[in-house]
Amino acid sequence: MPPGEELARRLAAEVPDPELPFLTLEDLGILRRVEVGPEGTVRVVLTPTYSGCPAVGQMAEDVRRTLMDAGFPAVQVDTELAPAWSTDRLGPRARAKLEAMDIAPPPPAAPAPITLTLKCPHCGSLRTRQLSRFGSTACKSLWRCQDCSEPFEHFKALR
Amino acid sequence: MTAGVAGLSALDLHEVALALGDDCLVLSHRLAEWTTHAPELEEEVALANLALDLLGQARSLLSLAGEAEGRGRDEDQLAYWRDDRDFRNLLLVEQPNGDFAVTMTRQLLFSAYQELLYDRISSGTEPRLAAIAAKGVMEARYHLEHARLWVQRLGGGTEESHSRMRRALDLLWPYTKELFEPTEAWGRAADLGALPPLASIEGPWRKTIQSQLESSHLEIPEFSAWQSGGRRGSHSEHLGHLLAEMQHLHRSHPNATW
Repeated sequence: MPPGEELARRLAAEVPDPELPFLTLEDLGILRRVEVGPEGTVRVVLTPTYSGCPAVGQMAEDVRRTLMDAGFPAVQVDTELAPAWSTDRLGPRARAKLEAMDIAPPPPAAPAPITLTLKCPHCGSLRTRQLSRFGSTACKSLWRCQDCSEPFEHFKALR
Repeated sequence: MTAGVAGLSALDLHEVALALGDDCLVLSHRLAEWTTHAPELEEEVALANLALDLLGQARSLLSLAGEAEGRGRDEDQLAYWRDDRDFRNLLLVEQPNGDFAVTMTRQLLFSAYQELLYDRISSGTEPRLAAIAAKGVMEARYHLEHARLWVQRLGGGTEESHSRMRRALDLLWPYTKELFEPTEAWGRAADLGALPPLASIEGPWRKTIQSQLESSHLEIPEFSAWQSGGRRGSHSEHLGHLLAEMQHLHRSHPNATW
């Protein structure tokens, strides 16, 4: 491993998502690779969550700035589609952080498509219903709890 | 320049990527026209999100089309500096939004088609097309589900919503035959396994639409005076108006950024 690669990887991994800043690029599973060339040039490969995710440009800029500030002479950020990202790439840490922010994480992958009721992140009730299949960002939908009446966001399943 | 694998010529790759990309770009623009006009706030957000997914797919496909062409045209040049005759999208996607029933019927007809196409392209022999399709298929599936729910609600709703759905189907059905008419480039790409033969997805598409309509108290219109030509650059007058709006800022202020 070239010198600095471990550092570059760690720094890129900890860059926050611009729309869900409590999640890092690594939490989201969108950091694919970090390579450091012989001259210290870093190449970072990201994969988008949605084809039209408007945050990708900002993420690339944030990664570039973070690595340049750490002293890397040049940083190139590329995006790569294959294999396609799905919400199954969210790790346990990401799911726990979503819950802590009152956002219901996507249900775990099931062998057959089944409809699961979401648990209200405020009161834990299972009596919840969808208000809108789309939300404030491409990756979320909007729900409401029928027991505590609070609306909440859901990081919707994409697979 | 960059010939595809399995013998797909660069020009054919350019043409098919352009056709698929133009479908996404034009429909994306149509859906964006609903912004501030949607019947309810949730739908306002939904239509903009659908448009955003399609715009993302368009960007990937048009970038690939430009790369394959090898004349240095990028996604922006292809989107903003071509005239209607050079667009290769289906007539279906350029049809005006009409009322909400027309927009949702168009979504049903197109999303069902796109989901089948992307699913097959994602296991095809052209890796760059396959990568874009594998990403897009998850989105198309969600779009289809959204359209199904609305068609169900409107078709089985009030007398008014039901009659509007019937009118929407009569209006749009003539444009559906074109979905399954391959261009020469498409035929060659299908022979090489990069794209599915369109005849192979017509049956599954029809089945999806038929069963959705049946459960929504609607039916496939019996006769249609078929309209086609979009894939060859022969468009309805609506595309010119759409492009005028979409392109004028970029053309009036070339290379402007904000």
